[in-house]
Amino acid sequence: MSLPEAVADSGAGEDMFSDEVRTTSLWVDAWKRFRRNKLAIIGMVFIFGLILVAIFADLIAPYSITERDSGEFRSGPSWDHLFGTDIIGRDVFSRIVYGSRVSLRIGIFSTFIAMFIGILVGSFAGYTGGKTEGFIMRFIDMFLAIPYIVLAIAVATVFGRSENSVILVLGLTGWLAVARIVRSTFLQLKKVEYVEAARALGFGKFRIMYRHILPNALQPIIVFGTIAIGSTILAEAALSFLGVGPQDPTPAWGLMVSQGKGDLANAPHLTFFPGLAISLTVLAFVFVGDGLRDALDPKLKDR
Amino acid sequence: MTSYIIRRILIIIPTVFVAISFLFFLFYALPGDPATLIAGGAERNPNPIQIQQITERYGLDDPILVQFFNYWKDVLSGDLGESFQRGQSVNDILKDKAPNSIRLGIWAFIIEVIVGISVGLYSAIRRYSIADKITTIGTAALSAIPVFVLGFILQYVFAVLPNKRGWPEWMQLRTSGISAPRTEEEWFLFFIPVGPDQWRYLVLPAITLASVSTALAARMMRGSMLEVQGADYMRTAKAKGLNERQVVARHGLRNAMLPVITLLGIDLGVTIGSAVLTETVFSWPGLGSTIADAVTARDLPVVLGLTLAVVVVFSFINLLVDISYAWFDPRVRLGEGSD
Repeated sequence: MSLPEAVADSGAGEDMFSDEVRTTSLWVDAWKRFRRNKLAIIGMVFIFGLILVAIFADLIAPYSITERDSGEFRSGPSWDHLFGTDIIGRDVFSRIVYGSRVSLRIGIFSTFIAMFIGILVGSFAGYTGGKTEGFIMRFIDMFLAIPYIVLAIAVATVFGRSENSVILVLGLTGWLAVARIVRSTFLQLKKVEYVEAARALGFGKFRIMYRHILPNALQPIIVFGTIAIGSTILAEAALSFLGVGPQDPTPAWGLMVSQGKGDLANAPHLTFFPGLAISLTVLAFVFVGDGLRDALDPKLKDR
Repeated sequence: MTSYIIRRILIIIPTVFVAISFLFFLFYALPGDPATLIAGGAERNPNPIQIQQITERYGLDDPILVQFFNYWKDVLSGDLGESFQRGQSVNDILKDKAPNSIRLGIWAFIIEVIVGISVGLYSAIRRYSIADKITTIGTAALSAIPVFVLGFILQYVFAVLPNKRGWPEWMQLRTSGISAPRTEEEWFLFFIPVGPDQWRYLVLPAITLASVSTALAARMMRGSMLEVQGADYMRTAKAKGLNERQVVARHGLRNAMLPVITLLGIDLGVTIGSAVLTETVFSWPGLGSTIADAVTARDLPVVLGLTLAVVVVFSFINLLVDISYAWFDPRVRLGEGSD
């Protein structure tokens, strides 16, 4: 690949070579490959649907999250209550609909925090190299040795059991993995020709890191980020289930499973429906992430 | 090789030290006075004299660095301290709970290896078949279902329903606990359940704990086998007239297993996470549920002591896996670059 092409491919060279068509076609190609993956499309449709449900929860949910139907405790699915009612007569369907807001907020915000810190630290370590890199990576390894769930429970106890502390915990533990991925990508890319060229042109370190390398390192980052939203929602559910997440009456799905667990024999719907909501949401993100990986880097298919 | 092993062991020491010290200071950042908590919590208005006694007994009013120093001094002499909650020695708690967790872990591991590898292998050999598609979707689904939800689904199907329908006793699996305590005579094979009753307690939690890693192993085995199938030596093996079974068994499987071995090295975070959830859902008296309870109760010595033990054990298991990987595949050079 000649130098001008490589720079144009990087999407970072518009100021030097305006080659918009070439830049966009990479993503057009990727979209074409993505579209052929049925599971990824199903996942994407599901996620869009979920976002709509979260936005229009007020219109979709027939009841509020605290409204009690005094005659209906733990009753199974019916036309009045699609997913039945919980121990104190609240409508499970409405609570799951509103719960999508909690899950999406936590999933997206904490992934964002993890990405932000992870990219900063990982790119710095990868590009700088040498002793600094070694030190940062040893530091990350040490923190990866703390079982994250122990850390999460401890931090949630410090900052109080709430949605915000779950976002903080998952963001602050999630960046370690992001940093490792970004670092290894940067290690590879810093030796590539167009980076050498940029360096020869006298560009500063940060300009090279963020205008030249980062756009090319985006593919693994995007794929990881998509799957990470799913696994963050899974982790959030686990923390809520253990009682260190948002508290009642917040309709966090994990918390709802935990509240229903005592009635498994008489009211399995209390465990089943919120459990299904978590599983489908996580699965959708996994499918989209897998689809993105295959679409962005066809070489990696089936690995 | 030897110098690599020594270097790896030397890395374990600072890793464990930093991890545990971080938890130690984190707990001191927690609001509220631990002595009050030990005495029963502020809402119970504990006796000030009692709080005073507890503070003195555990040295809670010493400067934090003194407490920190004393803690490590005790740990290095083999004493993990005393639980804030019941005054029980952490060493005893460890001795009490660890075998239960190991029993659960070993069976989950057996499931992971047997089911994960055979499903992945079958799915790769019969690529594009319906079984392959089911495997692909099934493994993705299994990794998306929260461990605790899977646990409750299994409980419902294999314990609650049979009970409701009045099926015979032996068909009803157990949902909580571990059956009769181990007796002294059984110590040498404590992880093998004795009699049908213990099996009925073990099956569901073992499957639940194994779920995530089994799905991962199957996916990885499938990918690895597909890659191996395109290799030159596979074509050579076919060309010299071996039938498909022989080609797969003698040449494919061996090579495809290699990357899967790295997976047996345990992702600490994921395994502890699943263990905590599984043990909580099934009231399994192991380390995971004990750690979770202790964190919530702010029982610092228990959290630190048990986490310390777990982190050390995991570090050594991962070291063993890396060494065995190099042993199985002589092309792998240990110690060159960390990734």
